[in-house]
Amino acid sequence: MAFLIGDGMTGGYGAGPDILHDCTIAVDKGEIAVIVGPNGAGKSTAMKAVFGMLNIHTGAVRLDGEDITSLSPQARVAKGMGFVPQTHNIFTSMTVEENLEMGAFLRRDEIADTMAQVYDLFPILKEKRMQPAGELSGGQRQQVAVGRALMTQPKVLMLDEPTAGVSPIVMDELFDRIIEVARAGITILMVEQNARQALEIADKGYVLVQGRNRFSDTGKALMADPEVRRSFLGG
Amino acid sequence: MDAINALVVLANFVLIPAVTYGSQLALGALGVTLIYGILRFSNFAHGDTMAFGTMTTILFTWWFQSMGISFGPLPTALLALPFGIAGTALLLLGTDRVVYKFYRAQKAAPVILVIVSMGVMFIMNGLVRFIIGPDDQNFLDGERFIISARDFKTLTGLSEGLALKTSQVITVVTAIIVVALLFWFLQKTRTGKSMRAYSDNEDLALLSGINPERVVAVTWILVAALATVAGVLYGLDKSFKPFTYFQLLLPIFASAIVGGLGNPLGAIAGGFVIAFSEVTVTYAFKKVLKYLMPESLEPSGLVQLMSTDYKFAVSFAILIIVLLFKPTGLFKGQSV
Repeated sequence: MAFLIGDGMTGGYGAGPDILHDCTIAVDKGEIAVIVGPNGAGKSTAMKAVFGMLNIHTGAVRLDGEDITSLSPQARVAKGMGFVPQTHNIFTSMTVEENLEMGAFLRRDEIADTMAQVYDLFPILKEKRMQPAGELSGGQRQQVAVGRALMTQPKVLMLDEPTAGVSPIVMDELFDRIIEVARAGITILMVEQNARQALEIADKGYVLVQGRNRFSDTGKALMADPEVRRSFLGG
Repeated sequence: MDAINALVVLANFVLIPAVTYGSQLALGALGVTLIYGILRFSNFAHGDTMAFGTMTTILFTWWFQSMGISFGPLPTALLALPFGIAGTALLLLGTDRVVYKFYRAQKAAPVILVIVSMGVMFIMNGLVRFIIGPDDQNFLDGERFIISARDFKTLTGLSEGLALKTSQVITVVTAIIVVALLFWFLQKTRTGKSMRAYSDNEDLALLSGINPERVVAVTWILVAALATVAGVLYGLDKSFKPFTYFQLLLPIFASAIVGGLGNPLGAIAGGFVIAFSEVTVTYAFKKVLKYLMPESLEPSGLVQLMSTDYKFAVSFAILIIVLLFKPTGLFKGQSV
C-alpha cells in the first residue's frame, strides 16, 4: 500500500467549481512521485489537496494508512508532511539560519543535528547562513525553501515546482539534491513543469489533464510511451 | 567664550529637548510600526492607548503617594509604570478579543481595520476622559533638575545656563533600555523570531506551525508596554492631557512613515527626524546668533522660521518631502 495517497479526490477552492475529478496521487515510501501535465491541468491543485489546502468533498487522503482528510495543513506538518510552496516560500527579511529555525518551530528538541544535515546537503547555505534569505539568488532561495521544510524532519516532502524560474544548470543541481533527499529515506511528491527531467528521476509519474488522471505509470514507462511523448514531452 | 555660550543655548533649547521628544516619538512610533508590521493595519487608537496607559500609571502613582511610597529622587510614576503597562495590556487584549479578532477571522482589508481602529480610538478617548477628566494632570514628583540653569552658571561661569531636567534624562535612559530590550526580544528569542516570521510571510509562518493567535497576543502586550512607556515619559516631561495625547498621533505616524512603516529601526530614526525638525523649525534662533555674529549684524527679529502653533505642519512637510523621494521611508519599510 502506498505511504501517502490522495485517493479519488474531487473538489475545488472554497465554494467554487470542482477542479479535481476523481484524481488519485500515490507515492511509496522513499520514492519520488512526480505530477506533470499541461498548464491549468490542476497539478498544483492536486498537491494542495493532498496537503489539505483545499476542500475535497469526495475521496480521502491517507498517510501511512491513517486517514488525514480532515486535518488542517498545520496538523499535517505535525504528522510529518513538509510542504514547499511554489512562491513566497522563504522569509526574505530573515537570515538563512533563522529561516531554518522557523522551519523547526514545532520541534522542542535539539535541532542542531538537523541543521547540520541541511547544511551538508546545501553547503552554500552554510556559507550564507547569516545573510538575509531575500538577498540570495533564485536557486539558493529554493535551497533555503527546501531546507526550511526539511527542518521538521518530515517523512514526506512535497515540492510545488521547485525549479520554477531557475537556470538549467541550477535546475540539474536541484534535481540532484532532491534525489539525495529521497535516498535519505524521505518520500517525495513534486509538481514539475520540466516534465522530461522530472520523469527521468521519478519512480512514479502522474500526467493530469483537466483535473483527471490521464496516465499513471513509472517514470520510465511514461517516458517511453509514444502518446505521452507526443502530447506532453514535445516528441 | 561666545561660541560656547551659543552652544549652551542651543543645547538647552534645541538639542536636549529634541533628543527627549525624539525618544518619546520613537517609542510611540515603534508601537505603531509593530502593529503595522504584524497585524497589518495603521492603528489610529495608538495616541489614546498612550493616554490610557499614562492615566492608569497616574492612578497608581496617586495611590502609591497616598500610601507614602516614593522612589526617592526619581518620580513615583516609574514604580507605577509596570502596573500601568499591565492595565493597558489587559485593555488591548480585551479589545482584540472583542473587536479585532472578529475582523481578523473575516480577513478584513487593512482599510476596514483602520476605520475600526478609529472607532476604538473614540471609545478609548471617552474612557480616559470619563475616568480622569479632560484636564491637565501633573504627576511629576521627586527631584526636578539634575542641573538647574542657575547651578550651571555658577559652576561654569558662563552667562548662559544649561538646565537638565530629571525627566529628560529618565526619558532618554528608559528609551534606550526599552529599545534594547525590544530588539533583543525580536532578534534573539524564539517568540520574537516567530513574530518577525509572521510579519514577513504569514502563510509560510502558518505552514511552519507558528500560532497566529499567540503572535497577535504578544504583539498587543509589547504595544501596551511601548505605548505606556512613551505616554508616561511624555507626561513626566510635559504634562498629561488626553487631548494632547490624541494629537500626538500625528507626529507619531509621521515618524513611523518617514522611517518606513513596519521597520523598527526606521521608527526610531523617524522619531528623531521629526523631533529635530519640529524643534529647530519652531525655535527662535536670535539668542544663539547673538553670540555668533558681530554686534552690527545682530538680528532684530526672533529668527524663528515658524510659530510653535504650526509644529504639526512641520511633521507633515517632512513626511511629504521624504515620501516624494523615498516612498517606503528612509529605511526600507513595507509599501502599502
